Amino acid sequence: MKKPKAIIFSGYGLNCEEETKLAFERAGGEADIVHVNDLVDGLVSLRRYQILAVPGGFSYGDDTGSGKAYAHKIKNHLAEEIEKFFAADKLGMGICNGFQILTNAGLLPGALTYNDSARYTVRWVDLEVAGESPWLKGIRRITLPIAHGEGKFVGSKELLDGLEKGKAIAFRYVKGDICAWQELPANPNGSLRDIAGVLARGGRILGLMPHPERAQVFTQLPHWTTLREGCVREGKPLPKEGPGLQIFKNAVAYFK
Amino acid sequence: MPSRIDVQSSITDARAAVKEKQFEDLGFRGKVERVAVVDSYVIDAPFNQRQLQRAGKLLANPLLETFSMNASTPSQEFDWAIEIGARPGVTDNMGATAREVIADGIRRKFRTSEGVYYSQVFFVSGKLTRTDAERIAEGIHNPLIQRASVKSRSEYEHDGGFGVAVPRVKLRSHSGVRKVNLEVDDKELDAIGKQGIEDRGGRRACPPELQRRRGPLALDLDAMKAIRDHFRTLKRKPTDVELESLAQTWSEHCKHTIFANPLDEIQGGLFREYIKAATEKIMEKNPGFCVSVFKDNSGAIAFDDEYLITHKVETHNSPSALDPFGGAITGIVGVNRDTLGFGLGAKPVINTYGFCFACPENLRGANSKDTIELFRDKERTQKILSPRRIMDGVVAGVNAGGNCSGIPTPQGFAFFDPRYRAKPGVFVGTVGLIPRKRGGRLLHKKGARPGNYIVMAGGRVGLDGIHGATFSSVALDAGSPAAAVQIGDPITQKKLSDALVKEARDKGLYTSITDNGAGGLSCSVAEMAKEVGLPAGRQGGCRVNLDRVPLKYPGLAPWQIWISESQERMTLAVPKEKWKELFSLCRRRGVEAAVIGEFTDSGRCVVESGGKVVMDLAMEFLHDGWVRRELISRAVRVRHGEPKEMPSTAFNDTILELLARPNIASFAHISSQYDHEVQGGSVTKPLAGRGRVNADATVTKPVLDSKQGVVLAQGLYPTYSDISVYDMAASAIDTAVRAAIAAGAHPERIALLDNFCWCDSYNPERLAQLKDAVRACYDTAVAYETPFISGKDTMFNDFKGFDAKGKPVAISVPPTLLISAIGIVPDVSKCTSLDFKMPGDAIYLLGETHDEIGGSEYAVLQSERAKKDCLGNRTPRVDAERNMKLYRALARVLARGLVASLRDMPGSHTRDDFALFSESQGRVLVSVAPSKCKEFEAALRGNAFARIGTVGGNAVCIRGWDGSVAVRIGVRAALAAYRSTFKGY
Repeated sequence: MKKPKAIIFSGYGLNCEEETKLAFERAGGEADIVHVNDLVDGLVSLRRYQILAVPGGFSYGDDTGSGKAYAHKIKNHLAEEIEKFFAADKLGMGICNGFQILTNAGLLPGALTYNDSARYTVRWVDLEVAGESPWLKGIRRITLPIAHGEGKFVGSKELLDGLEKGKAIAFRYVKGDICAWQELPANPNGSLRDIAGVLARGGRILGLMPHPERAQVFTQLPHWTTLREGCVREGKPLPKEGPGLQIFKNAVAYFK
Repeated sequence: MPSRIDVQSSITDARAAVKEKQFEDLGFRGKVERVAVVDSYVIDAPFNQRQLQRAGKLLANPLLETFSMNASTPSQEFDWAIEIGARPGVTDNMGATAREVIADGIRRKFRTSEGVYYSQVFFVSGKLTRTDAERIAEGIHNPLIQRASVKSRSEYEHDGGFGVAVPRVKLRSHSGVRKVNLEVDDKELDAIGKQGIEDRGGRRACPPELQRRRGPLALDLDAMKAIRDHFRTLKRKPTDVELESLAQTWSEHCKHTIFANPLDEIQGGLFREYIKAATEKIMEKNPGFCVSVFKDNSGAIAFDDEYLITHKVETHNSPSALDPFGGAITGIVGVNRDTLGFGLGAKPVINTYGFCFACPENLRGANSKDTIELFRDKERTQKILSPRRIMDGVVAGVNAGGNCSGIPTPQGFAFFDPRYRAKPGVFVGTVGLIPRKRGGRLLHKKGARPGNYIVMAGGRVGLDGIHGATFSSVALDAGSPAAAVQIGDPITQKKLSDALVKEARDKGLYTSITDNGAGGLSCSVAEMAKEVGLPAGRQGGCRVNLDRVPLKYPGLAPWQIWISESQERMTLAVPKEKWKELFSLCRRRGVEAAVIGEFTDSGRCVVESGGKVVMDLAMEFLHDGWVRRELISRAVRVRHGEPKEMPSTAFNDTILELLARPNIASFAHISSQYDHEVQGGSVTKPLAGRGRVNADATVTKPVLDSKQGVVLAQGLYPTYSDISVYDMAASAIDTAVRAAIAAGAHPERIALLDNFCWCDSYNPERLAQLKDAVRACYDTAVAYETPFISGKDTMFNDFKGFDAKGKPVAISVPPTLLISAIGIVPDVSKCTSLDFKMPGDAIYLLGETHDEIGGSEYAVLQSERAKKDCLGNRTPRVDAERNMKLYRALARVLARGLVASLRDMPGSHTRDDFALFSESQGRVLVSVAPSKCKEFEAALRGNAFARIGTVGGNAVCIRGWDGSVAVRIGVRAALAAYRSTFKGY
């Protein structure tokens, strides 16, 4: 069986492409990092890929609004190719800045705006799965880190109701292990209805503000040194994987 | 005809709420009712209505925003409108991105003369007078780089908004290249050196006596005479290009003359005989660890068989004093280029920071020295920004630079002392990763060849940053050049960085690379020319045509193009046959690159402009013609009062007070806005444990599929300098090394970086202190076998200005040395963090505690309470041999997984207060699982250590000498105190 192939966009200030590539590889897939201009110039085609991922970063420095400028680049030059890509039974993902890009490009519903604090915030959050998607199989709760200044999800009441009905809310911020441990509020940015991620096209496209690729190994967890003491004293082996890897494994499994 | 597009938020705008609070904090509590923020873009191009509509749609997300054209009226009531925009020529990233988005979106190219300019408009309602509104405007913009205008509602409506003023740079045509007459009397020669070449028609705001000068060359009379004599032998006058170029190359900033010149009996200079000597001695013992030291833009150590790790720490104090945001962002983005400029280009993988500020006003602990109003000029028109604005701006600058560039920024600190009031200490560092080899080339080696093109890549050249290198070599005063201020553009650099280290380097498209920092092209090209590989006896050179340098706007004089420090530029040496491929790659990655000349084997630095040679100097004179100066030191010793013994009944309150002091309190508000997880390598975090306590060291994996990690730690004790500069330096090293080992570094794989921030450095007393510090560096580093691999110094952190009454004020920073340790962790899964893990674990204190209270935070607190100097006289002494034995033992028990948590402890005792508050070095606090205690104690045998308690409960309880409870503080209360200081920041 051939390994499913993911294309990971890069360029103009995207910056999480390498660790996102590694996550797909660790999950059993293959991944190529491709500069968006090489797609625009026709040097690379989306046809060869099953999974399209726009990773996190700071495309165009968030100037004129996060994700906006990169989304225009995609819309102006790649709209047709991307439409064809998703017309087939393929998967898409936008993480953080990638999520902002995909909402601006109209591939995911809603919009992301400034955190209520209007400040860039880095911490870990607890999430609960609220929708149905191949990306989310077997996950109910998960702990991942965030790092963003414009991560507040907004949309009209109709839009939000529609997402709920359509099982298209991927993740909600909830109070879980990390929030309890570090006494943090569940919702880090004021997102409406605590939405941390959404879905489109029957769950095939996932957008989320938290970074699953930053939770792919055990030693990335904020409390791993504490968990390790527990394991050692109970004589248990140390886990190797982090919780975020399952999302990538699900995507790879979809094509197997 | 320019037009304007205004973008307004159609939903609740969090920025507006934050601005409202900021305006209230400017002294208008309760007076500001509402604020609305509008993003405004002035399009300086003849657009028709259809094009404008399409541009508007590109700039506004319909779910979040609406847009309107020219003279828009805001949707809400307002009393005042305040517009803040960039001054002409100041980097305008928003404008540049808008221009790119519009050009691509409506398929219309902008001409060079056309552009898009961004400004922000605040519509404010409330009970505010015009003076109030003007004070708000003053509080939120920096006139050196920004313009502000204020309009009442009726004015706004009458004028139809703020209009479409275009901040385009309009330079009067310059007079070309000038010859400068140096056959003048000593007074004039001195004036040329200190205040600059005479200029006809100065543009800068500065006192009349400086008006006709271009700004300091920072060359003393001896240097000016050496230049005059050199040109006598050439039988011609120097051009302004040549003089400015010499000033840059010979500057303290570039040549580090204080460290290079003979001092007293130290004929080889402090750098060679102490810092470098220490490294050489250690390298003999531990060959293979240091791969490249002192000679490149960063220092490099071995990571594993495949990779090297580089590190470099810079200071950006003077620019940050003028514009904190701009100074800090150009600092961090600038030191990233020291990584890109290492060898054939290392990838930036970790940033570090360190801030020294005066205590912000309104913060507990701020005193009159922290908040004094200061001016650079006697007329009191050039005000020094408030401590709060300096802190906020610097913190935001590193945020923008680090986060935008996608480089994790885990490790840092903030230190407060009123003596940083006028010149803050802004340290920024970058760790890089570079493969040892690619395509048969050793990547840490580089060298241009004769015939290689000189290529400038990245940003364009403007007036920004003129005289940055010479400016940081002199004290900050009214003559300090405003053009020295710049704003960074991290995305332009990110594109450049990716194109170089992720593609061009491994394709072998260039033979050498260096960054354009201090001195701009004049330094980068000349440095690379010096390294041109040639047979012995022949010397490299260069020939540059300034007409081919891409400019931000027309009208720059040749000398300005040559020395401009415009950011985000690298200089490359490109073999002619590779140019086409490199150019094509750059074009496809949105990176500008241009050939500006050729490296030669002429031994001369030749520069042309307008078809004429405007500079032709022997490389030898350019680099080595500078005049050595004999430096003399004279030691003095100051006696301080001793702190009175504190009754044990006061311990609880004192501990809570210490926890809340800015130098100890949580700075989570900084750590949690700097992304430390990006690139996916974070292992131990800047905020550790349940309490999110600031860690002393952090571990990051630069190579994700390796089990090895890099640990970073820092040490800095400026207060000790008031008592013993030797102990100050030794303690900084001990602290950094100890924290690195405690966090998991292998003791034989730690390297150090030194950043000296001195003051008034020709003063013999300051030189005596410097000598002490450098001796401590040698002694301690050699004992610890931790080599110095890179360093940077800034020797004139002095301010000469005036107070609110116009009285002269001089402030010098305390002698400051930042030691940064970088270590390799063999296996990150063995790392641990500072938080106690399990109730019942045993607590050990390793190391010895002495009556070393001098210069401690406790002694400073006592001095403040008593309103007199009782700083003490005994600073912590570092017993390097004893400590290292302990650290090695500690590293072994860590590798065996015996330790659950540990914190290195900064700071034979006779008094309980001394025992509690002494900052004796060489100590570590450790918690150990009960089942491991025996093994732990056996492993530490032969070292000083004591079991001092047990983890558990919800209070910290400490017993005194006599066995009575001396301290009992609830963990919650301690945490609250620790977090109270910067709450709301």
